[in-house]
Amino acid sequence: MTAVLNGIFEPGLFTSEPVRVAVVVGGAVALVSAVVGVFTVIRGQSFAGHSLGDLGTTGGSAAFLVGANPLWGFITFAIIGAGAMELFGSRRPRGRDMATGIVLGAGLGIAALFLYLGTTQDNTTGATITILFGSMFVLRASMIPVFAVLSVLALAIVALLYRPLLLSAVSQDVASARGVPVRTVGLLYLLAMAVAVSLSCVTIGAILSTAVLIGPAAAALRLTKRPGLAIAWAAVIGLGVTWIGILLAYDSYYWPPTGRGWPVSFFVVALVLVVYLLSDFASHRQARRAGAQAMAARKGLGGAAGGQPEGIRARGAR
Amino acid sequence: MTDVLRPGAPREEILSLDGVSLWLSGREILHDVAFSLHAGELTGLIGSNGAGKTTIFRVILGMETPSSGKVLFGGHPRPRRNRSIGYVPQNIGIDPDMPLRARDLVALGLDGDRFGIPLPSRRRRHLVDEMLDAVDARDFADTRVGKLSGGELQRTLIAHALIARPRLLLLDEPLANLDIRSEQEVVGLLATIAKQQQIAVLISAHEMNPLLPVMDRVVYVAAGRAASGSTAEVVRADVLSALYGQHVDVLHVHGRILVVAGKDEAHHPEGESGHTVVPRGLG
Repeated sequence: MTAVLNGIFEPGLFTSEPVRVAVVVGGAVALVSAVVGVFTVIRGQSFAGHSLGDLGTTGGSAAFLVGANPLWGFITFAIIGAGAMELFGSRRPRGRDMATGIVLGAGLGIAALFLYLGTTQDNTTGATITILFGSMFVLRASMIPVFAVLSVLALAIVALLYRPLLLSAVSQDVASARGVPVRTVGLLYLLAMAVAVSLSCVTIGAILSTAVLIGPAAAALRLTKRPGLAIAWAAVIGLGVTWIGILLAYDSYYWPPTGRGWPVSFFVVALVLVVYLLSDFASHRQARRAGAQAMAARKGLGGAAGGQPEGIRARGAR
Repeated sequence: MTDVLRPGAPREEILSLDGVSLWLSGREILHDVAFSLHAGELTGLIGSNGAGKTTIFRVILGMETPSSGKVLFGGHPRPRRNRSIGYVPQNIGIDPDMPLRARDLVALGLDGDRFGIPLPSRRRRHLVDEMLDAVDARDFADTRVGKLSGGELQRTLIAHALIARPRLLLLDEPLANLDIRSEQEVVGLLATIAKQQQIAVLISAHEMNPLLPVMDRVVYVAAGRAASGSTAEVVRADVLSALYGQHVDVLHVHGRILVVAGKDEAHHPEGESGHTVVPRGLG
């Protein structure tokens, strides 16, 4: 028994300072991303979320080049990006997509330059790997308060806008007629998304930040039809994949053939994919079962209308 | 209440449009539109696609500001945020994964504009149940909104709009894409709501016949102009010919009304039954 446990939780796991920081910060960031991500998915803003990550790459690499903490680069560029999206987010989605694509291309091009300069300066590819793919094990404990404040900020925006966000995801016009200031709500939400994406740029990497924003949320939406539960599921999934990812990455130092260890980000993103596929499978199975039950119920009733017109009952049973 | 129900008694005016014109990017979309809506009455806003029905809704909702003319709500200019207008838009497509049940969408009608996370409350739940009953939506109350049929979603959105106790209910093409049974159910439901709750109901439609049995008034729109009154006053050859700017005939066939173009003009029949003609280049 102890041997098995030792196999799962390799020695030194709980006493390692980098692991402790990774568990706290990585967990908090995953939770924030997952909660914010639920609204990203239902508002159809996945592309915007990915764009913020890409712009973050430019900011992060610029910050690295000048010797600042990449977090500030990520967050500055993501917020500027969010503001630009709101400015151009007019009624012409096609024009907006093109403009976003061109700006993103330019941003990544600049990031390529900065990362190249950084690499030649330091003679190491460490910066590139850290900016693009993150590294939870090099987070410093002194940064915990900053992460905490930013996490609370993003969560507070989403909690405050919970109902207006849901309603405007159903229909902007209905929300607007109901008295929701849809534009202000949209802008504040972009801010929350920019903060969430910047945080996960640091932990999981700028390129992979979309995975923890969208993945847990998409899986959660398959599992429940209630908004509060969807958020809870997303948070649990986000937290779960991150913690298990950290555990596996730590254990991988002891795996054959070498003692080098695999990156955390790989494990987290792989787990996100697995959870999404499982939830998709679960929801299809559930739908089939519900369908079969409805068929059986209709046969049992023999088409007798139980106070309801036939058409409605049949459709309602789906 | 008794006053209102007595025939001929003046009904409370809820909304009036007076000489409303609207120019958008150099084109006159609405020209001198005037009509009023009254408590307990169901009014049909009839016209073909592109006639200006949705624009009239947007003006009433304050999403467009008229270039000239007045929109008065109970005799006063409309306030910026108006809880007394309920709005049901046309054909909204909802993602099947949207984590909202029909009852959640109805509840958002009660307080969807408020900040913060709602606490579970017995009063809230009771109000939602009551409204679900009123639109006969109990059977699908726990179904995801993205999986409702057209008629079910329509009724859910009506409940969403009604739960805030509006004085005016606007429905944009609520009968589009409904089968005949759902169409009759929705029309009957709206007539009942108008009478029972003494609210003004405005329904836009490109086809007036499904509304004929329940419509108290009609506002007929063609090329941005409007004529309003009872069906007998408005849906006449002379009135509609003046509106269209060309001769049209109004035919009564088995209780249905067909509006057809006169044969002396070049015309473009529109709609599935060729009932309405829109002359081009007017306005």
